[in-house]
Amino acid sequence: MGVKRPDRREFLRGGAALAGGLTVGAVEPAHGQAPEPERFIRGEADMIAYGERSPFVTSVRIPHPPGGRESPDAFGLVFHVAAPLQDSVGTITPSSLHFVGTTRGSLMPEIDPSEHRLMIHGLVDRPLVFTMEDLKRLPSVTRLHFIECAGNNARATHKTVQETHGMTSCAEWTGVLLSTLLEEAGVKDGASWVVAEGTENVKGASSFPLAKAMDDCIVAYGMNGEAVRPQNGFPLRLLIPGFEGIFNTKYLRRIKVVDRYYMNYNDYGHLRRDSVRAALGYQIGPKSVITFPSGGQKLSGRGFYEVSGLAWSGGGAITRVEVSTDAGRSWQEAEIQGTAHRMAHTRFRLAWNWDGQETQLMSRCTDEVGQMQPLPTQVAEHFNAAPDPSYRVPGLDNTIQPWRIASDGSVHNARA
Amino acid sequence: MHVLSNPRPRAAGSLVALLVLLGGSALAQGPTYGVGRTPTPEEIRAWDISVGPTGDELPPGSGTAAEGARIYRIRCAGCHGRNLEGGREPRRAPRLVKTEPGRDVDPWDAGRILPYRSPYATTVWDYINRGMPLYQEGTLTADQVYALTAFLLFRNDVIAEDLVIDAESLPQVEMPNRDGWAPLPDWKPGSPRLPGYPF
Ligand code: HEC
Repeated sequence: MGVKRPDRREFLRGGAALAGGLTVGAVEPAHGQAPEPERFIRGEADMIAYGERSPFVTSVRIPHPPGGRESPDAFGLVFHVAAPLQDSVGTITPSSLHFVGTTRGSLMPEIDPSEHRLMIHGLVDRPLVFTMEDLKRLPSVTRLHFIECAGNNARATHKTVQETHGMTSCAEWTGVLLSTLLEEAGVKDGASWVVAEGTENVKGASSFPLAKAMDDCIVAYGMNGEAVRPQNGFPLRLLIPGFEGIFNTKYLRRIKVVDRYYMNYNDYGHLRRDSVRAALGYQIGPKSVITFPSGGQKLSGRGFYEVSGLAWSGGGAITRVEVSTDAGRSWQEAEIQGTAHRMAHTRFRLAWNWDGQETQLMSRCTDEVGQMQPLPTQVAEHFNAAPDPSYRVPGLDNTIQPWRIASDGSVHNARA
Repeated sequence: MHVLSNPRPRAAGSLVALLVLLGGSALAQGPTYGVGRTPTPEEIRAWDISVGPTGDELPPGSGTAAEGARIYRIRCAGCHGRNLEGGREPRRAPRLVKTEPGRDVDPWDAGRILPYRSPYATTVWDYINRGMPLYQEGTLTADQVYALTAFLLFRNDVIAEDLVIDAESLPQVEMPNRDGWAPLPDWKPGSPRLPGYPF
């Protein structure tokens, strides 16, 4: 890096002229307008074999909750880390930046894919064991899906969107539909739940409904066009689109079809006294957040900005996103960029002219089943509580995130 | 089924052909692709550590609270405390005994204590067998897991001190929270998060 290579510049100049059929004279002024690069990156074998980002791009994952345990710790244990949503563009979270949740801090299992097996058994006609090779022979799907951790709850003390919302990410997942495998095994009458188990040291297990298993779950070996990363479950993980993060079993090794809720390791964590809390910590609600401008960023002055953010829901596709640039007094329809996929991050945008006055930006979304992202006071009202702006949804909170734009252009978390 | 319409039929050709010959009803029941191998019953038993409420999967073995107390001191007390009171930083192991031993407290008011709050005694066995001792998972024998389960249930006033816990007796243990928990919603495609809740 940092090595001058004027010969390449000369070459490009000549090449452009040839390719465009232009005269050299037509090229010169264009060069005269833009500053010439001062430095050039010398290609290195690693960079060519497996690309890396520019040294100018520095966003990284951080421990969650903010100020929580370093990941990895001194023993190599991995803890929760949140994705830098403030720097995200588009809808896909790069695998290197995808949030990581670990059951309670764990070493990642190092699995040789040629040794890995997935067993399907329990209430099925034909128990089956699949190798990775077997799975790759079967009809596959590729779909965008978010995964969000149950701990993704914004607090007033959080500063950036990485702190308030970084425990969600969205990737393009490739694999076999779980329904394909279950049909291959033949589900018996009387089956109602499915238990998934991974290979990590706690062998975390979750029960989920057979109806969900037969609907849209993916046994995924691919992530963003390559093999699933170790931190995300290499070589095989389960996607249960729209359900709380812990259901999406990593290092998937066993699927057991059963006739009741099994109350295994992770299920005990979902144990609640009342049905409202149980439900609100299960399927994820409609949620959105503005990622630009967001907490910790600074607007350079009044004028045009494209407000941009992410919306997602466990209930299906996002159908509508509205943005308020006046602290919730009025709402404008934001543009949904591209196709809104089911249970996937969806990018929204709104053109905005900042007048230099202090204000608040907020977004709210609606999904295909008609669920709408609420203000904390709306949730409080629904549960007959006082209209407290610091009210949180019991379970996984999905209330509207306000960002305060100070008159100096600095952006701050405005949550009560 | 997708045999005929699958644009990339990669299943063993002869099997597919046979299924096609057998006609539609056989297709609905038989495997479509013929990929994957059949595990032996021993293999399934060896892999299957999911112990559900009926305890059907419990292995042979047994243990008592007295045996469990000895194992606890060696394998668990370092993190969970000599008196099951829980550990402090950096281990942060939770308390394993209800806050007011000897009293019949509501499981929801006694702290998050697995061997008291769980609706099923089998969950205690499953949890220890899968996940404890932390970072040395999978190193306990079945007898030890039975004994530790008996110890934790006894210390939470769920069972008598001399009850032998095994595959027979464990699923029959009546937990105080047997019916005190909320089931998850009956999920169907297109379900909202919580029926009647607009957000
Ligand atoms: C190295 C420390 C450590 C050791 C040793 C250890 N535990 Fe734990 N244990 C933990 C931690 C940490 C948790 C919390 C895990 C979580 O919440 O995911 C836990 C959780 C538990 C729980 C669930 C508590 C609840 O209500 O959620 C039980 C039961 C338990 N341990 C039993 C045992 C037994 C029995 C042993 C001995 C065989 C043992 N533990 C040894 C650290 C330890």
